[in-house]
Amino acid sequence: MVAVQETVEHVRRIDVDQYRYGFETLIESDKAPKGLSEDTVRFISAKKNEPAWMLEWRLEAYRRWLTMTEPTWARVDYRKIDYQDIYYYAAPKPKKTLSSIDEIDPEILKTYEKLGIPLREVAILEGVEPPPGGEQAPNRKIAVDAVFDSVSVATTFQKELKAAGVIFMPISEAIREHPELVQKYLGTVVPTSDNYFATLNSAVFSDGSFVYVPPGVRCPMELSTYFRINERNTGQFERTLIIADKGSYVSYLEGCTAPQRDENQLHAAVVELVTLDDAEIKYSTVQNWYPGNSEGKGGIYNFVTKRGDCRGKNSKISWTQVETGSAITWKYPSCILRGDNSSGEFYSIAISNGFQQVDSGTKMIHLGKNTSSRIISKGIAAGKSQNTYRGLVSAHRKATGARNYTACDSLLIGDKCGAHTVPYVEAKNSSATFEHEATTSKISEDVLFYCLQRGLSEQQAIGLVVNGFAKDVLQKLPMEFAAEAQKLISISLEGSVG
Amino acid sequence: MTLLEIQDLHVGVDSREIIRGLDLMVNAGEVHAIMGPNGSGKSTLSHVIAGKPGYEVTGGQILFRGEDLLEMEPNERAAKGVFLAFQYPVEIPGVTTMNFLRTALNAQRKARGRGELSTPEFLKKVREVAGSLNITRDMLKRGVNVGFSGGEKKRNEVLQMALFEPSLCILDEIDSGLDIDALRIVASGINGLRSPERTMIVITHYQRLLHYIVPDYVHVMSKGRVVKSGGKELALELEACGYAQFETAA
Repeated sequence: MVAVQETVEHVRRIDVDQYRYGFETLIESDKAPKGLSEDTVRFISAKKNEPAWMLEWRLEAYRRWLTMTEPTWARVDYRKIDYQDIYYYAAPKPKKTLSSIDEIDPEILKTYEKLGIPLREVAILEGVEPPPGGEQAPNRKIAVDAVFDSVSVATTFQKELKAAGVIFMPISEAIREHPELVQKYLGTVVPTSDNYFATLNSAVFSDGSFVYVPPGVRCPMELSTYFRINERNTGQFERTLIIADKGSYVSYLEGCTAPQRDENQLHAAVVELVTLDDAEIKYSTVQNWYPGNSEGKGGIYNFVTKRGDCRGKNSKISWTQVETGSAITWKYPSCILRGDNSSGEFYSIAISNGFQQVDSGTKMIHLGKNTSSRIISKGIAAGKSQNTYRGLVSAHRKATGARNYTACDSLLIGDKCGAHTVPYVEAKNSSATFEHEATTSKISEDVLFYCLQRGLSEQQAIGLVVNGFAKDVLQKLPMEFAAEAQKLISISLEGSVG
Repeated sequence: MTLLEIQDLHVGVDSREIIRGLDLMVNAGEVHAIMGPNGSGKSTLSHVIAGKPGYEVTGGQILFRGEDLLEMEPNERAAKGVFLAFQYPVEIPGVTTMNFLRTALNAQRKARGRGELSTPEFLKKVREVAGSLNITRDMLKRGVNVGFSGGEKKRNEVLQMALFEPSLCILDEIDSGLDIDALRIVASGINGLRSPERTMIVITHYQRLLHYIVPDYVHVMSKGRVVKSGGKELALELEACGYAQFETAA
């Protein structure tokens, strides 16, 4: 756990600037010409040595995208994006073809080291400080796929995973090496026509992770992808596809950062999850893209489509997210509960500070019989930010016995921010049981003063209260993420009062 | 040695003057009771000493070991040894009492230039004190004051007072909302903390508390001033005659 420990240490030094991942790596990069056209799509496809079917798939998406308009229903406000002013592909210039991690540009390795991401295959023997009441971590390893701008630069623990039959590789490689799996599942959860940003992603995605867990296999380690945007004026369009075959299990972690820049950068990712009979996927995200400066300048536009399909009976998909970064977040990790007795979960902590705008939530679509879902959302708004929970729970006519429990809690810090809850509930089946609870509260002066009187600084007090507020969700994170997330929460709220 | 010296203190809230020229001298190791009718400014005084926002000090000064207390943030005052037992302790959901105690204790130790306590040291200390106050382990695992009865909340205040080892304890109506059994437990906990290094200011409306916590001095407050000071017998006099005589004196 050396690397995570280091990250935690990094994060502890909170006297430095608030966003501590804002550095830039100076490397030469290989870029597509600016702007978007069929040529751009062909350029990306050619760069990746893709088969013809993949190029066709992309072009179809691109043509479709030309007919679509940007959605405006979210409670976010931003300057119109000029899609011709973005680079759609940027890759660190390779010195030669890589065959091992030792051949990666040392500048990039250094970047990940700074971020606390273990690209070298370090076995994790000791856990970070266990959460109160928790036990020491057993021997654990995390396999990491690192995506730098548009390409994957390293995937660790390949051999061990292979021995278990688990495929974990950059999606660009999977397209070439496992075309049958990619063709069978890509775009089946989020179709190319799904929405403006997902369609754009389908046309220009450059890399991302691919996971396939064969029947009956419990993935022997946590899988993790670490996304980093480095280049200026560059969009990142990653695509992740995870398939858990019958009776299998995988836990997947995702982390993101970007340098501090004055201009806004677009991040439009698509994540598709598929669980077959009795399979389970646990997907955790700690999103810490650059949120912009204190005047609201710069920051990432995080327009992401994440959806899981519980295709098989008794299957389960669980989303856990800690969202602290991005200037604008537009993101609704959802579950389609197609298989009978399948279940979906959504646990979210969304923190907004400064001028950040968050419109996030989930959709639980109950199609199968006796399906159940659970939504726990904790929105924390500080500074001059706006934080919206938007959720849909729906039961199909045939979804007898569908059950949902939703709890949406909002916490306001200061008096210049806003929290909004927009739940949609559609039950087309009289046997559905849907419960919804919502609260909005403020950190009161009295609570702050009480903590200060006991010797805590204002920052410590807010961190403590917010972590308490978000505890139900923090407990759902894999242990090594939970410790980091807790620190991250405190840091994100620095200077949130006054 | 003088621990706390308040000179000609004037305090207002929303441009209404609540404390109007208050003087008070308290030496180390003494127990002072401040009594007075509702609205006489007792709680305001405790809040201003601890540094609660929302009050405007318009005149005078408060010296703590000769240092200007009003210049310090509330957490700096806590680290210097000022402790306020709240009349209405707040609830903090999701933060276990244990976690809260540990975070606060370590923050104070750090500010005083001492190292953090190890987990076993900390647990030993908490359990020792908690046992003497009838605080169960279950209470320590619950959110701070969440679902606590009035008596449990006050016991939790005394627990913190014992853990943080302050040199000045201000007890703001620690007896309010307590039945006689709870009052006995709380009072005996407080008495156990009396020492030559520890000063207490006991704010109360009723003489009842002072049967259990016997003060060295009693001050009567009325309309924002100390109008009479004396020994513990002054409390008995008040019980017999009421506050009315001082209302006119102020």
